[in-house]
Amino acid sequence: MTTSAKNRLAVNIAGIEMKNPVMPASGCFGFGREYAQFYDLNKLGAVAVKATTVEERQGNPTPRVAETPGGMLNAIGLQNPGLDDVMAYELPWLEKFDQLPVIVNVAGTVTDDYIKVAERVSEAPNVAGIELNISCPNVKCGGITFGTDPEIAGQLTAEIKKVSKVPVFVKLSPNVTDVVTIAKAVEAAGADGLSMINTLLGMRIDLKTRRPILANGTGGLSGPAIKPVAIRMIYEVSQQVSIPIIGMGGIQSADDVIEFFMAGASAVAVGTANFVDPLICPTIIDELEAKLDHYGVQTIGELTGAGWKR
Amino acid sequence: MNKGVLNVISNSSIAERIFRLEVEGDLVGCMTQPGQFVHVKCGTGIDPLLRRPISICDVDIERRRLTMIYRAEGHGTHVLSQYVPGQPLDILGPLGEGFPVEGRKVGEHALLVGGGIGVPPLYYLGKELKKRGVRVTFVIGFGTASQVFLKRELAELGEVHVVTLDGTAGIKGLVTDVLTEEYGLKTSDWDVLYSCGPLPMLRALQDTYQAAGKEGYISLEQRMGCGIGACLACVCPVQEPGEGKKYRKICSDGPVFAFGEVQLV
Repeated sequence: MTTSAKNRLAVNIAGIEMKNPVMPASGCFGFGREYAQFYDLNKLGAVAVKATTVEERQGNPTPRVAETPGGMLNAIGLQNPGLDDVMAYELPWLEKFDQLPVIVNVAGTVTDDYIKVAERVSEAPNVAGIELNISCPNVKCGGITFGTDPEIAGQLTAEIKKVSKVPVFVKLSPNVTDVVTIAKAVEAAGADGLSMINTLLGMRIDLKTRRPILANGTGGLSGPAIKPVAIRMIYEVSQQVSIPIIGMGGIQSADDVIEFFMAGASAVAVGTANFVDPLICPTIIDELEAKLDHYGVQTIGELTGAGWKR
Repeated sequence: MNKGVLNVISNSSIAERIFRLEVEGDLVGCMTQPGQFVHVKCGTGIDPLLRRPISICDVDIERRRLTMIYRAEGHGTHVLSQYVPGQPLDILGPLGEGFPVEGRKVGEHALLVGGGIGVPPLYYLGKELKKRGVRVTFVIGFGTASQVFLKRELAELGEVHVVTLDGTAGIKGLVTDVLTEEYGLKTSDWDVLYSCGPLPMLRALQDTYQAAGKEGYISLEQRMGCGIGACLACVCPVQEPGEGKKYRKICSDGPVFAFGEVQLV
């Protein structure tokens, strides 16, 4: 895939050429089948598909979602069909979109799980990158337990780098005191890029039953409500690392994309907004070029870190 | 499956906290299967953020009109209840797999059982069944008389039995109390059962009539994210896992399932 020099929206993140900087976020887009009923997925800059684990996972009991002002709590629990099924059906299905780099979100319980999944999915012909999920707040083992300790996060990153044939992005959790330390640790361990942020741990209680609304008790908060947290964390981290950041957290407009770039992102992922409007990604992509004119810039890439570069 | 902006024709209260909303637009043209639902953006801002699933009560394909009946229960439906004629409403749909009516034969007898806000989709279903020459009988249950709605409209399609918990309208009790030989609705009298309503009601119907070997369909409800099958928020386990299927998505595999297809937990 080559990117035209005239394409003002094109970005390159850790060697992945994207014709525009917008991808749907992992966990909010399945493997793309549902959204392909609404538009040609080739329109997207890339796609980050559902977290994949070695074995099939059934996820958490329902209710799995609860709403909050400007946000949504979810506790899906990494439900996915498992590595074999993803390799046999889901990734080959995505091959029909020949201009669509695929980023596979890799999850696990122990280090070996992550290694198995990362090694195999990175061999698939259309997989351009992997996103190491060390920040899912909705599973008891794995997920966030790897993402809150800089040393463990670094070790896992190094192990994955040994087996992955494609760039490795590490998805960071906002549920830590010092996200910069974790970011630096995974960069030092060889991460090619970062994804930030995953959801914020939250809870709601049903006033009638006096019990948490989510069957899992707690869940991950996403949506516009978390955007300022994401902007702040990307602003802090991008000044301290030299690897690219895929920014995410409440993006629902082209203006939001610009703001994430100014904070320090080099590409963005759109999550919860897909649920509100299944056409949100192509809509944002269509609006981006006019926004560049509006803010007087030539290419979107120029905006990375504009919020702190002097 | 599509997305469109429809104009509100009317939106008014028809019973305690129950509203009847009629909208008009091209999207209505594809709403041909009873039991499907639409995903409605209540308001234009970020609060409420997510869409609300609302059942399709009636469709007039020629006039491009869709009728929804909903209960103003939470924040989203309260916002929806404030819409006035002429206002645009963002709707995604029709979504899901509805009640199967193909293959029903002339002269068959269908029992349509609804509870509370589960009653509306039975109207469109009743119309489609009647069109196919199927005799329809409705059993509809509510809490109290002030919550009863659609009785008159359903009566134009078939026999209607109203049940209320407190006995202020119709028979006192539960819908299942009416489905007894003493009451006169013998199991052997009907060929197929379609139902929508609270989970305990659906469970009671499935337990009783699946065991009796009857054909039946139930429509489920669950908190949803996307409404199209991508987010996996509204899943339910299958009754007997097989062929790799361990769960079903209520939004896209349902909301209607055959007796025994899923576990009612």
